[in-house]
Amino acid sequence: MSTPTFDRTFSPLIFELGQEGRANHYVEEGKPLEQFLPKDVLRADLPLPDNSELDVVRHFTKLSQRTFGIDLGFYPLGSCTMKYNPRINDAMAGKREFAQLHPYTPDELAQGALQVMYELERSLASLFGMAAFSLNPAAGAHAELAALLIAKKYFKDRGETRRDKVIVPDTAHGTNPASAAMCGFKVISLPSDERGRVSVEEIQKVLGPDTAVCMMTNPNTLGLFEDHIAEIAAAVHDVGGLMYYDGANANAIMGNVRPGDMGFDLMHLNTHKTFTIPHGGGGAGHGPVGVAAHLVEYLPTPVVRAVPNNGTGAPSDGFTFSFDFNRPKSIGPMRSFWSNFAHAVRALAYIYANGADGLKRVSQLAVLNANYVRVKVAEFLDTPYPEICRHEFVASAQELKKETGVKALDIAKALLDHGMMAPTMYFPLLVPECLMIEPTETESKETLDYFIAVLRDIVEEAKTNPEALLAAPVTTVVGRVDETRAARQPDLRWEPASS
Amino acid sequence: MYTPHTQADIKAMLSAIGVGSLDDLLAVPESIALRAQLDVVPALPEYQIARRFEHFAAKNTGVDYASFLGAGSYRHYAPPAIAALAMRGEFLTAYTPYQAEVSQGYLQAIYEWQSYICLLTGMDLANASVYDGATALAEGAIMALNENGRKKVLVSRAVDPNYRAVLKTYCDGLDVHVDELPLTKDGSTDMNVLAAAVASKEYACIALQSPNFFGNVDSLSTAAREAISASDTVPIAVISEAISLAALATPASWGAQIVVGEAQSFGVAMAYGGPYVGFIASTKEHMRRIPGRLVGKSVDGQGRTAYVLTLQAREQHIRRERATSNICTNQAHCALIATMYLALMGKTGLRDVASLNLERSRELATAVSKLDGVDLKFSASFFNEIVVDVHQPARDVLAKLAERKILGGVDLGRWYPELSTCILMNATELTTTAQIDQLATSLGDIVRVHANV
Repeated sequence: MSTPTFDRTFSPLIFELGQEGRANHYVEEGKPLEQFLPKDVLRADLPLPDNSELDVVRHFTKLSQRTFGIDLGFYPLGSCTMKYNPRINDAMAGKREFAQLHPYTPDELAQGALQVMYELERSLASLFGMAAFSLNPAAGAHAELAALLIAKKYFKDRGETRRDKVIVPDTAHGTNPASAAMCGFKVISLPSDERGRVSVEEIQKVLGPDTAVCMMTNPNTLGLFEDHIAEIAAAVHDVGGLMYYDGANANAIMGNVRPGDMGFDLMHLNTHKTFTIPHGGGGAGHGPVGVAAHLVEYLPTPVVRAVPNNGTGAPSDGFTFSFDFNRPKSIGPMRSFWSNFAHAVRALAYIYANGADGLKRVSQLAVLNANYVRVKVAEFLDTPYPEICRHEFVASAQELKKETGVKALDIAKALLDHGMMAPTMYFPLLVPECLMIEPTETESKETLDYFIAVLRDIVEEAKTNPEALLAAPVTTVVGRVDETRAARQPDLRWEPASS
Repeated sequence: MYTPHTQADIKAMLSAIGVGSLDDLLAVPESIALRAQLDVVPALPEYQIARRFEHFAAKNTGVDYASFLGAGSYRHYAPPAIAALAMRGEFLTAYTPYQAEVSQGYLQAIYEWQSYICLLTGMDLANASVYDGATALAEGAIMALNENGRKKVLVSRAVDPNYRAVLKTYCDGLDVHVDELPLTKDGSTDMNVLAAAVASKEYACIALQSPNFFGNVDSLSTAAREAISASDTVPIAVISEAISLAALATPASWGAQIVVGEAQSFGVAMAYGGPYVGFIASTKEHMRRIPGRLVGKSVDGQGRTAYVLTLQAREQHIRRERATSNICTNQAHCALIATMYLALMGKTGLRDVASLNLERSRELATAVSKLDGVDLKFSASFFNEIVVDVHQPARDVLAKLAERKILGGVDLGRWYPELSTCILMNATELTTTAQIDQLATSLGDIVRVHANV
C-alpha cells in the first residue's frame, strides 16, 4: 500500500473525508424521526459526511491558507475599496446582545439596536447631503435596485409613466444597467468625452420627456471628478428626470463634497467598501439607500423613527425608537428582515472612530495615495488621463502589449507572485488593456513604494523576458485555471459515488 | 483613524505629485463645495467606542427573555469552532474570488456549499448564495418568468409574508402581477384552488413553502402536481427553516424544479435580521438562468484540480442590462459559516438537531394545548412551529407575556386578520422544559384572568 504524498496545494473535499458515525456531541442524541412524523413526509436518507471537529478545523484552516485577503497583503482592486477592516468593528457586531437578538423582538426591548440603526442612518444623511437613508438593502446592487424602484413608483404616482429611459455613462459599473433592466427601464449608454467625463452637450442629446433617471458615479470609474456635475444635474432636472449617485466610489468624497449638494436625488453606499465592513469573500454586503426630501415617503420599509421622550421618563438617551412599517407610498421591503444589522454596527463603529474630521482625512489620504501611485506608475506605463485623480486611476498596457505581447492580465497575474492582489482589469471598458488601481488610505508609503517597484520590475521583465510573465503566477498553489473547460463542462457540485 | 501617514510621508508624496497641499488634490467647483456643518459625533478613542456599544447592548433587554420567536429566524446551537474558523482574516478580508490562483480555499468552500445545498434539496445545482430567503424567492420567480415569458406568478398565502412582500416589490419593478392562493382551514395551501389556477397557463411559477409559515408540512397533492406539469408552470419550493431539510422529504421528491430558501439556521447569528444567507438550487434545465455566482471545478495548466468562478456570461459585469440578475456582492461569508456548520454537524448531528426540534415543539404543543382557553389552531403535521389560538387579541397576550420576560411568539394578526387571536410559536433544540413550563404557567394565568373579566 502506497502512502499518499503530502500536498499543500490540495485538500480533498469535505465529502471525501469522514466516516458515518464519527459524530460530534453538540446536542443530545435525537429519537427516530418516525416517532414524530408519518414516514411518507420524511426523507429516506441524508447523504452527508460525519467528520470529527479536528478534521473539520484542519480542513477549513487549510482552505484559509489558500485564500488571499487584505490581512495578507496589498489589495489595489479598483472600485472595490479594499481598506483595512478594523477588528473593533467585528468585536462590537459580535456582542451577544446584538448577535442573539431576534428580529421580531418588540421595539421596546431592542432600543439599543434601533438606536444603532437610527444613528447610522442620520450620520450617513449628513455626510452625503441626503434627507434620509434606509438601511434595508443588502448590498450595493440591491440598493441600486431599491433606488430605481423608488424612481419608478415616484413617476407612476405623478402619472409620468412615459419615463422609461435610464441614462448610464460608459464608465458605469455593470450593476447599473442590470438594475435598470430589473425595473423595466431601457438603458441608454452615454459615451465619455476625451477628458474621460460626461459632457453637458452629450447628455443634452439624449435627454427628453422620456428620461427617468441618470445614473452616475462621481468620481467616475476612471477616478476623475465629474466637474460639470452641477450643470448635468440641472439639465436632467430641467426635463423632469432624477439624478442617481452610485456610491461605490464614495471613499473619495467624504467631508469634501456631498452628492446632495451636487444635485443628486437618490444614492446608495457600499458601506462594505467605504465604511470598512469586511468583504468576506464576496459578501455579506450592506447597501444603504439615500434620498432627497421629495422621495423620503418611497423608501423601503421599515424606517426607524425616533420620538423625543419629553420628560416621560422613558430610557434611551431621551428618545424612544421604533420601526415604522406603515408607509403607504413605500416601494415595500427589499429583503426578509430589516437590515444587515451586524454590518450597521460595524459601520457606526467606524464612524465613531473617525468623526467628521477623520472621515475627511480618510478621503484626502485615499486621494493622496492614488495620485502618488499614479505619478510613479506613469514613469513606466501609459496613464491615459494624466491629471489629478481621486481615489483611483487607470493605467493601460496597450502600448506594452503591442511591444512585448504582455497583456494587462499577465501583469495582474505576475503581481500575485509578489504577494499582492491584482488590480481590477479590463474595466472600465473604454480603456484598452486597462488596469484600474485603488490603493486606499490605509496603506503606508512603504507598501505603495513596494508595489510601484514590483510593477516597474514586471514592466521591465515584459521587455526582456515576456515568456516568464505569460506563465505567471508560478508561486501560487495552482497556476492559471482553465476557465473554458469550467464553462463548457460545468462541474458545480460533488456527487455521491453511488448515485 | 487607520491611516499610517506621517507628516513627512505626506510632504514627500505631495512633492512627488507636484501639488502644494491635500486641499489642492480635492478642489471642486465653488457651486457644489461643502458648506454644511456635518452632524456626526466627534471621533472617539477605541475604548470609548467599546463603552458606547456596551451602552446600546444593555438596552437590548429582549435578548435575555425566554423566547419562542421563530417565523423566519431561528435560534440554533452553533459550535464555537465556526467563529474560530470563519473569523480568520484570510476568509474575512478576501474579496470576491476573481483571481482563482490566490482564492482556491474560498472557491473550494463555496463549491462544498453548493454541493451541500444540492444534497439537502435533491436538486442538480445550486448557486454561491443570494441575500436571503425572500430575495431568493424573488430571483427564483424571475428565473421562471424568463423561462416561459408569462407575466404572472402564483404564491401560496402560507408562504412567509415577508417573502411575499419582497416578491411583490421585485414584481412591481418588472410589471409582473402576483396572485395568492388561499389557505385551508388546516393552515395549508388549498390544492383545489391551486390546480384550477395553474390550469389557466397564465402563471410562470407556483411557489409553495414547506414547512409553511405556520410550521405545517405543505406538500402538493397528486392532482396539483399533475395540473402544474400539464400547464408547464415552474414549481418553486420555499424553505425558511433549513433544519427541516434534514428530516422532511426533499423538494425534488415532490417535483420542485427550483428550490429557494434561507440557510440562517445553519450557524448564522439571528443578529436582529441580518446578514443571513439565501440559496437557489434548481434542476439542470435552469442552469443558465440561475442568478449570481457559480463556482466550478476545473484544472490548471498542469492538470491540477482547481476551482474557478464560472458561467459568468450570465452575470451583470459581462452582460450588463441583459444579465439574469443585477446581483454582485452576495453572502459568501454567511455561506461559508453554513458550510462549516454542516461539516461539523454532519449527517448524525443534523438528524439529531432535526429530531430535537420535532420533540421540543411537540412538548410545547402539548403544554399549551392543555390550558383552558388555549387551542392549537391546526392539526396538520408540523416541524418546529405551531399556531396557538388564545381566543383574544394575540397582541395583548404577547404584551402580557413580555411583562413576565417571555417572548411568546409572533402575532399572526400582523399579516392574517382572520388569525388575530393566534400566536406563531417556535421551539428548537435550545428550548428547555423549564422555559416551556414558564410559558405555559404564564399563558394559563393571562388567559384565566381574561376569562374572568
